[in-house]
Amino acid sequence: MGNVLTIILQRLLLGVLTLLIVSVVIFTAVNLLPGDFAQNILGQGATPDAVASIRRDLGLDQPPITRYFDWLGGVLRGDLGTSFAQANFASFTGTDSGATTVAAQIAPRFANTMFLAMVTAAIAVPFSIILGILAALYRNTVFDRATNIFTLSSISSPEFFLAYILILFLAVLNPIFPSLSNIFEGMAFSERLEKSMLPALTLTLVVTAHMMRMTRAAIINLLASPYIEMARLKGLSPMRVIVKHALPNALAPIINVIALNLAYLITGVVVVEVVFVYPGIGQLFVDSVKIRDIPVVQACCLIFAAAYILLNLTADILSILSNPRLRHPK
Amino acid sequence: MNGISRRGLLKTGAAAGVLSLSGMPLRAQTRGGKLTAGLSGANTTDSWDGRTHSDLFMIASAQGTVFDSLTEIAADGSLKGELAESWEASADAKTWTFNLRQGVTFHNGKAFGADDVIESLQMHLGEESKSAAKPIVEAITEMTKITDHQVQFTLAAGNADFPYLMSDYHILIFPAGQIEEGIAKGIGTGLYQVQAFDPGVRMVATRYADHYKGDSAGFFDEIEYIAINDNTARMNALMTGQVDAINRIDFKTEALLRANPALRIQEVTGNQHYSFPMLTKTAPFDDVNVRQALKYGINRQEMVDKILLGHGQVGNDTPIGPANQYYAGDMEQLAYDPDKAKFHLQQAGLDSINIDLSASNAAFEGAVDAAQLFQASAAAGGININVVQEPSDGYWSNVWLKKPFCACYWSGRATEDWMFSTAYEAGVPWNDSQWDHPRFQELLLTARAELDSDKRREQYGEMQQILRDEGGVLIPMFANYVQAVNNRIATPDTVGNLWQMDNGRMAERWSIA
Repeated sequence: MGNVLTIILQRLLLGVLTLLIVSVVIFTAVNLLPGDFAQNILGQGATPDAVASIRRDLGLDQPPITRYFDWLGGVLRGDLGTSFAQANFASFTGTDSGATTVAAQIAPRFANTMFLAMVTAAIAVPFSIILGILAALYRNTVFDRATNIFTLSSISSPEFFLAYILILFLAVLNPIFPSLSNIFEGMAFSERLEKSMLPALTLTLVVTAHMMRMTRAAIINLLASPYIEMARLKGLSPMRVIVKHALPNALAPIINVIALNLAYLITGVVVVEVVFVYPGIGQLFVDSVKIRDIPVVQACCLIFAAAYILLNLTADILSILSNPRLRHPK
Repeated sequence: MNGISRRGLLKTGAAAGVLSLSGMPLRAQTRGGKLTAGLSGANTTDSWDGRTHSDLFMIASAQGTVFDSLTEIAADGSLKGELAESWEASADAKTWTFNLRQGVTFHNGKAFGADDVIESLQMHLGEESKSAAKPIVEAITEMTKITDHQVQFTLAAGNADFPYLMSDYHILIFPAGQIEEGIAKGIGTGLYQVQAFDPGVRMVATRYADHYKGDSAGFFDEIEYIAINDNTARMNALMTGQVDAINRIDFKTEALLRANPALRIQEVTGNQHYSFPMLTKTAPFDDVNVRQALKYGINRQEMVDKILLGHGQVGNDTPIGPANQYYAGDMEQLAYDPDKAKFHLQQAGLDSINIDLSASNAAFEGAVDAAQLFQASAAAGGININVVQEPSDGYWSNVWLKKPFCACYWSGRATEDWMFSTAYEAGVPWNDSQWDHPRFQELLLTARAELDSDKRREQYGEMQQILRDEGGVLIPMFANYVQAVNNRIATPDTVGNLWQMDNGRMAERWSIA
């Protein structure tokens, strides 16, 4: 097990390094965008005086290098900074209403995103693994073909298209689920679940194909191995051969794909959030980019990058743990 | 104007107070129920600070629901008192005395009085102030509290429209001494009290029990505004009955909404206009002949048909629209005429001319398409327009007011003077055509202090004519406000056209059917 711990530590350190590089890239990219927060918040009213006054308030008149290190220092101390969007009117009143920190702004949105990701994962992961196993079991039959066609066409369609199809069939023609997922704090769990159902189903359609095809491929790949041949010769049923003998050895690639898709569910669902008016972190991110609320954009990017890194790390660890040969290296 | 002349209203606002109290009941409105509306124009930057408001979501939430101003513009465009009961002007329109309503309380129980008015207005002043209402308040040289319920304003120069300006949605009345708290929590004197507010997500408010507007307004028990910036999502929410009303219908799918018997479409033409300002101090636009050639080279009707898909009306190069009092609707309409365009070019001593037109859809939806239509129609008159597509980001900082010829939009203003002094008065920062015309300027200043309504009509008529004939802003179209509501909700016969959703006051004026 000591070996596994070393690997985890190594990976964590590499992750931190990656985050650092990501932060530089993000900071540079955001600064290359035309226009800044002062101009965007003032819109048509952006007189040079007003722009300069806001820039001074927010420290945007400092050189980029200074701002980058100020921000990095803050992050290392666990302070993600002050959201421009909220700081703007805090400076009007001279008070901090408590909602001005980036963390306070992101936290509820991130919780919503995690909720949606978990609901989706709870539906999509079992669904696609079972579909994958069945497809492997009945490979090259009509069932296998149909499953492939269905999942591949759903992954190939744009997300908003799938969303509208689901809205048409499940909200407009048959009012089963609401088309508006405006969840808020203090909402009962059941209601929250009901409101999140259509976005969750849309995302399920998007992620199923990848996980299902990987499950199918990994299992079929193993079916040619001698030990499967042996199991079959023993007279085991095909289902038992797959679930008991093939699946455990196919776990590593499947876990990897699941991790990738979970990361996607956290970072890449902006379109679905917009269509269903779901108050997740994706919408906040896009809004913040639009108004150049740099601290929020940077914090979101860091969270996205951290989500990818951590989920990949988890996937690696789980593959190691699921494989005795890696757990006990010679 | 219901038989009440503007002059009468202006000179003694007492009538207005009576008007608003009696409220002209059209039919008995049902009390109770909940209004859920899906509105666009919401941002994570939203707050209860009126100085920052610029789009529908916060205008409808703040002035339309939770806060009050001194005066209010009724659905028919007339002015009535809100927190002010009546007002009176001195003969030169320089000194204004406002009598405030008695027995009004803020949502935190504080009694409303003169101090609240003075302190709320002072919020807009100060060198660092970013308030859009700063020019309005800056014109006040002195604010005096006469009694607890009487305030006197002395203006730097006479302004007959002053009570109208007090209805601006930026100028909300906050509790004195608790302004910070008022902004943080949304404490106003409005019909509804904030229950929940999540910037860029939603706003919930419930009816304030003993409100001074009593039974004449605010018929719902509860209001919920949901931020839905995406057009299709807003339509879906209305179609599936999750919201009762939405603003800004997408013209392309409007027919689908119309086909639904459970919904009604409201369409009003107000002062919102799309324009192409040119800098009249920069060549070649400093030559009035070139400006006139352009006026005849643009096909206005085509733009209304193709850019607004018919949801609008042609403009006459004046920013004064149907929602204004002195709108000169009978003035002869400019029309597309390439021969006249050629003629005016020749007057300028030119056979043809090459012009760059900067456009971006940040100016208005379809601005680039409109510029290309303009390019095609102007070519027949010997005007070669080169459409320069500008990035949306930073459009208002880098293109508007900077490039000699660009696309722009204005939501218009409630009064002529307000509109002109914002964008057509010599030297003001938003004068996007560098307009400086001696006769126009003279009329602007005379009309501002004129209390006689007939004289003003004449003066504003002449100003509109000057703009049509010589002005530096092409205003090819006025865009309608198009919104939809379902049959659960009853709406009055007259819906405000100054701003979307009954001037943002649906919480006040609408009711359960």
